[in-house]
Amino acid sequence: MQKTAGLIKKRALELLADGTVTKVLGWEEGDFIYDVTPAFFDKETIDSLVFSSFCGSNLSKYLIKACKEQTEGKILVFLKPCDTFSFNQLLTEHRIDREKVYVVGVECKGMLDIEKIKALGINGVTKVIDNGESLNIKTIYGEKTCERSEVLLEKCTTCKSKELVVFDEVLGEKAENENSQDRFAQVAALEAMTTEERYAFWQGELSKCIRCNACRNVCPACSCMKCVFDNIQSGVASKSNADTFEEKMFHIIRAFHVAGRCTDCGECSRVCPQGIPLHLLNRKFIKDINELYGDYQAGEEAGSRAPLVNFTFDDAEPSVIHERGNS
Amino acid sequence: MCSCNHDHEKDHVCSCGTDKLVPIPAVVTEIRTETPDVKTFRVVGLDGSNCFDHKPGQCAMLTIPGVGEAMFSITSSPTETGYKDFSIKRCGHLTDWLHSMEVGQEIGIRGPYGNPFPVDTEFKGQNLLFIAGGIGLAPLHSVINYVRANRENYGTVDILYGSRSADDLVDYEEIKNVWEKEDGINVYLTIDREQEGWDGHVGFVPSYLKELAFEANKTAIICGPPIMIKFVLQALLEMGFEKTQVYTTLELKMKCGIGKCGRCNVGSKYVCKDGPVFRLDELDELPDEY
Amino acid sequence: MYYIEKAKLSELFSKIAENRSLYLPVKKNGQTNFAHWEEGTEYCDDLKTVKSAKDHFFPQTESLMHFKTEGKKIQINQDKIPDEKTVLFGVRGCDAKSFKILDSVFMSEPQDAFYTARRENSVVITTACSSPDEACFCGVFGVDPADPKADSDVVTWFAGDKLYWEAVSEKGEALTEEIKDVLSSSDEKEVEEEKARISEITKLLPLNNMSLSAFGGDKTDALFNAPQWDKLSEACLGCGSCTFVCPTCQCYDVRDYNGANGIQRYRCWDSCMFSDFTMMAHGTNRPTQKQRFRQRFMHKLVYFPANNNGEFSCVGCGRCVARCPISMNIAKVIKSFGGDK
Repeated sequence: MQKTAGLIKKRALELLADGTVTKVLGWEEGDFIYDVTPAFFDKETIDSLVFSSFCGSNLSKYLIKACKEQTEGKILVFLKPCDTFSFNQLLTEHRIDREKVYVVGVECKGMLDIEKIKALGINGVTKVIDNGESLNIKTIYGEKTCERSEVLLEKCTTCKSKELVVFDEVLGEKAENENSQDRFAQVAALEAMTTEERYAFWQGELSKCIRCNACRNVCPACSCMKCVFDNIQSGVASKSNADTFEEKMFHIIRAFHVAGRCTDCGECSRVCPQGIPLHLLNRKFIKDINELYGDYQAGEEAGSRAPLVNFTFDDAEPSVIHERGNS
Repeated sequence: MCSCNHDHEKDHVCSCGTDKLVPIPAVVTEIRTETPDVKTFRVVGLDGSNCFDHKPGQCAMLTIPGVGEAMFSITSSPTETGYKDFSIKRCGHLTDWLHSMEVGQEIGIRGPYGNPFPVDTEFKGQNLLFIAGGIGLAPLHSVINYVRANRENYGTVDILYGSRSADDLVDYEEIKNVWEKEDGINVYLTIDREQEGWDGHVGFVPSYLKELAFEANKTAIICGPPIMIKFVLQALLEMGFEKTQVYTTLELKMKCGIGKCGRCNVGSKYVCKDGPVFRLDELDELPDEY
Repeated sequence: MYYIEKAKLSELFSKIAENRSLYLPVKKNGQTNFAHWEEGTEYCDDLKTVKSAKDHFFPQTESLMHFKTEGKKIQINQDKIPDEKTVLFGVRGCDAKSFKILDSVFMSEPQDAFYTARRENSVVITTACSSPDEACFCGVFGVDPADPKADSDVVTWFAGDKLYWEAVSEKGEALTEEIKDVLSSSDEKEVEEEKARISEITKLLPLNNMSLSAFGGDKTDALFNAPQWDKLSEACLGCGSCTFVCPTCQCYDVRDYNGANGIQRYRCWDSCMFSDFTMMAHGTNRPTQKQRFRQRFMHKLVYFPANNNGEFSCVGCGRCVARCPISMNIAKVIKSFGGDK
């Protein structure tokens, strides 16, 4: 990891120096190793660029605004394999401009979740050293260790791919996707529940929602200029759960809006302050789409037509299939 | 007095009380169409009262149940008793609804909010110059009629008022038939562009202001669209007005009206309670974010 | 000073709950928040609840009034001012201080009747922080996690196999009198040791020595146009997670809900980070995220102190450090204006 971090900084400096790019989108150092912040850098500020096992955030959405503002030269962006799917999807939706971006793909063996480290009872963390398999953790209460696999970000436990699907160049060593669990196992478990059990599950999770909108604002697929939930004229605008119906509607409507476009980047669940597994709503749609129309991965290929917006005469009729009990 | 308005000690904590956010019901007794997008609503308490007393420049919250609540400046002067008038431009969700009301409709009202223009203190004995644009006449209307009712307390009164077109001049009938005909009040009207049937002045308010070349021995009271205010302020300073001679009233989003919900906070001020009336030198103290 | 065996905590809770509603940190679906205690509810001693304790007094959503309409007639019925007698257990020193900050907003004239009633009807029991974490910086704002008696009615300490109990206000004395049956008298030896232990830990907290000298009520001109805001706000998503987990953020929205049970006017938390916060029909005075971001921190570190005798509107709980999706927080803001010197 330290090696990749060194490569990243070196390459950013070179590409700035030779004029290939005019600015760099990466992660800025924080107070502790886990609190990196997405940031733009130039020659003067590049020194604070870092890369570590805590760079789980997906930088692609920042390119929407950055591309609009970029008049000359390119923006260098560091994308992990899963982030490249979001990048492609944004290209497909004409939200970003490929010509304005220089993509450096960064190989990834899974990013870490500080919350999971703390859940192990490791408190007061001031530094984490990633040894590849295990972690050496410095805390104000002394040194601790844990297994890397125990504290992967939720999205990394079910990694969909280690393939970089778009890049101009690649840094780091390619990782194997051997430990990843079945991405749809949790969805299948929910499907296997009775209606009442499933209702109780979502009731328990969604009742924690505080309507901070972090899930929506971080989502690369949520790129509407003005969200329906911010539009007072829509009749559904609401900051908070006026009643229990609305708090569920927010997440369900959002899942519908991004269905077929969601690449399953997992940012919604990563940022949720209340730990709601929002990605499961999106994954249910992905699973259904796969089963109804054949396997489809949003963002795998720039310009691909998603099944939901691509009519063919062979298309399944979801309601018919549902009635037959085949779905 | 405690927050419930009952006769308790100030620090008493009350569970009987009415919260400040709860409006009282009132009825709309008259609706005048002023311009294609401005109507004036006359609001009277259900007991026939004026709901509450106010001073010129203060505001009130109007409620349409199920639609929402918003802050409006009170257009009528405290000297007009038994009702409150609100001249309201149709420009959003709540005002759409207000404009579709009929006479006899009940609404909620609470107030008064904000500080008034200093009509009984700093304005006393001064020559007054009112400068308004479009619906910006609404808050000044209250001051103008208060000054008319207490004419002996003030020096000269000049009113410069402009709007996009002749049809957009609010209170045109009153201006023509009452204000213009009153001794000691000079009214200057202007519209942005030439229009058939208009033989008055044509041009923007700030340029007309410069043409009129008032002496700087006046207190200026301004309200209008932000762009008008900006250029009027420039013109006044060029004409030799001191910042302490110029007053305006701000409009920011408000929800509570009592300095708690946080929306109208600019710098350390809350426009709903520390404003909306500010003197230009006070405004200069605030961060440029209003 | 009193104590009760940790193993007998549920007896203490039952006793308190005889006459009052008890609220304390409870873990539900993996997250710890304040919740109503019933027989069988387990107290969770996590250092921090996800949401602060503020929504006990200033709930995320609360109904203020109901309307009835018939033709052109309307009726306005204020909802009942809450009269539940409550006890809040397990409040950390930082959250206790936040109540004082919220009081200066909601209980200054004109008082908010809903908040004031809840506040007056409650007893606050603080619990010393046996293991502060790296994101804690309450010391910067004068909070003592070892002895959180300020803004508290009863202070408690977990030490050894006991919970120690000390009333520090009249309300606290009254509650202690009510429940004395389940408590035993104690000397202060073990508590003093625990206080000393915690104080030693707080010296190791990396953010606990930040300086606030750049901030205060008279710093608007110095800070408002500072270049730092561009960089600090650059990655801000404009969500409300910092605001909603913050114990001192108190901005609210008032909205009408026209539902099956008539028209309700409710109040809910709002965030100055949201793009529609100051939006009016003709536009907003803060069109950029930089302006909205700056407003939040200027309010806490400059405007609020200007109106409240220099008191800052932050208690150093570190929730924003833990929860911001992009790891931007008030500690980074303070440091970027020289707070780490």
